[in-house]
Amino acid sequence: MPASSAGIRDVEPPARGDRYKVEDSRMADTVQSWVPGLQQAGVRPSARSGLSKFLRQRSTIAFLFCLPLIAIITCLVIYPAFYSIYLSMLNKAQTRFIGLGNFSYLLSRDVFWMVVQQSAIFALSAVFFKALIGLITAHLINNLPAKGQRKWRGMLLVPWVIPLALSSLGWWWLFDPTHSAFNWILTGLGFDEVPWLSNPYWARFSVILVNVWYGAPFFLIMYLAALKSVPEQLYEAAAIDGANAWQKFIHITLPMMRNIIAITVLFSLIVTFANFDIVQIMTAGGPRNMTHVFATYAFLLGIRSGDLPLGAATSLFMFPILAIAAVFILRGVRKRGREIG
Amino acid sequence: MAEVALHQVVKKYGEVEAVRAIDLDIPDNEFVVLVGPSGCGKSTTLRMIAGLEEVTSGNISIGGEVVNDLPPKDRDIAMVFQNYALYPHMTAFENMSFGLKLRKLPKAEIRQRVEQAARILDITELLDRRPKALSGGQRQRVAMGRAIVRNPKVFLFDEPLSNLDAKLRVQMRTEIKRVHQKVKTTTVYVTHDQVEAMTLADRVVVMNHGRIEQIGTPQELYHHPRTRFVAGFIGSPAMNFIPCRLEQNGAGMRARISDAIAFPVPAANEGRYRPVVGKDLVLGLRPEHITEPRHNGRDDGRDFTATLDVVEPMGMETMVFFTIKGTEICGRVEPSSAADAGAPMRLYANIDHMHLIDPASGAVI
Repeated sequence: MPASSAGIRDVEPPARGDRYKVEDSRMADTVQSWVPGLQQAGVRPSARSGLSKFLRQRSTIAFLFCLPLIAIITCLVIYPAFYSIYLSMLNKAQTRFIGLGNFSYLLSRDVFWMVVQQSAIFALSAVFFKALIGLITAHLINNLPAKGQRKWRGMLLVPWVIPLALSSLGWWWLFDPTHSAFNWILTGLGFDEVPWLSNPYWARFSVILVNVWYGAPFFLIMYLAALKSVPEQLYEAAAIDGANAWQKFIHITLPMMRNIIAITVLFSLIVTFANFDIVQIMTAGGPRNMTHVFATYAFLLGIRSGDLPLGAATSLFMFPILAIAAVFILRGVRKRGREIG
Repeated sequence: MAEVALHQVVKKYGEVEAVRAIDLDIPDNEFVVLVGPSGCGKSTTLRMIAGLEEVTSGNISIGGEVVNDLPPKDRDIAMVFQNYALYPHMTAFENMSFGLKLRKLPKAEIRQRVEQAARILDITELLDRRPKALSGGQRQRVAMGRAIVRNPKVFLFDEPLSNLDAKLRVQMRTEIKRVHQKVKTTTVYVTHDQVEAMTLADRVVVMNHGRIEQIGTPQELYHHPRTRFVAGFIGSPAMNFIPCRLEQNGAGMRARISDAIAFPVPAANEGRYRPVVGKDLVLGLRPEHITEPRHNGRDDGRDFTATLDVVEPMGMETMVFFTIKGTEICGRVEPSSAADAGAPMRLYANIDHMHLIDPASGAVI
């Protein structure tokens, strides 16, 4: 403990009376005088010892330091989460408790199942391509000479930095059927125009494409860092063992990056699954509700149609799906962490 | 198994010459140690043999075939790295069998080879463990096992013991020697530790500033160093270098190191010292050749008296340090005969083992 509290000790007032000595030796596991105010107040040790002892405990200090964050999370995450659970069990007018009525209603609707399907297609395919493209570009950049690397890294990060709502609007304009870039190029080259956002299947493709464009740089940065952390000597050892470039990638790079891949995929899966901006701006769930994901569908039901409880119920369906994925992925991460260390 | 030959090999990093035109022939089955201070080019030389660094000019051949343009995997070599470079996600067995698996050997043969190597290295019961669960010495053995199972033409060791503690280092040194006596593969071993070099090598290559200073058996290097650098690098504690003047003394010669002290030069050396009589030179004499008098009182001009500055008892011997004309000199004496620091002591210079060094060129005369 003396070492870990050294930083705190540094700020203590230099003058410490003899009367503290007994206490110091008794409380070996408390942080001394982290609150100079208490000492300077001149309160007699016997009178303040209960409170002081409590305040000096390391767990108390840790809690106090975390308090601002706890307060924010409580207000913005925990309270709304419980409130939405409560909300989801009311009728549309929010006057009557109907138990799981909203959930069973949703489960009986075809559109809801289409949303489930589209959310899964959207999240899984987008995350897959983001990870794949991130991995490939990370390799390409990693093999560039050090001087060029920074420039490319900076440029490739741009999609991730632009506010998503703005870049989605940009893409929406690019996809515009009559007056915009893509179809202008296609017709210029002699192809037919593509109904990017008005054909349901093209629309699904388009929102996934934009999500991949937006999210791949995140994977790129994470994988680039992971690549740099693989010791060069492992590749040298593998070269001497007879591995070619592909075998090095399969047997060294991938296993060494498995944890970072698992964590980025999990993180991205959560964020992508809950995506709202891209779909809302580009298609608003249409055509024929075929591009709706959970968030946009919940928005449609809850805000647009004014049935808040039903919207809350829709959004709550995301929770168990993501929780199960998280448990599996994190369990693998922990196991490998113990093995490799 | 194969011989290794380096011919006029140069390695440049930009303008910096790391290795300057070295020639080296290593016959089949020989254990050669490259030794030198850090930055002398020994590791670069090894990595060029391995194919991990490109050769700027010159030729490297293994088994008679020039391998300059062959990638490491086609050179049929195995290498043990300083920090072992074990694959952390594989067990010891998988680490050792990785190279064999890539070469698509039958599973049964892989198992048989790994188990045999594990027996040689005494790591059979560790084969299921991952590197994280192994101690430094055990990791070192697995790394050696990975090299042995391949049954390569050449073993390359890059400072394999420098991450181990002193006791384990001595133990693994013996282990490496034992393994080499069993498998007899041509071995190139890089170290900065001259004790390792002396104990392991059939021949030692002393390198400095990208050049080879001298190649020879440990005994040759110890008794007949060709340069001041080799003389000072081999042997611990290092050889004393004492400024002296070579004088004609009647029919003989003597090396005068102070007004009071001049040692008679052995008759056997007089022939080659003839041209440098009267010149200022450096006398090289190892600490083990400065002892208490051991000749039953027959003084032939080799005894002298010095006031000791520091006395270091080592147990089986005692190191004494004294200064003559500003040069600190170290001697090794019997513990029982050592005087105290600050007291004068009668010492004996076994001048039969002297070397005279030209201070300008650094060459041993």
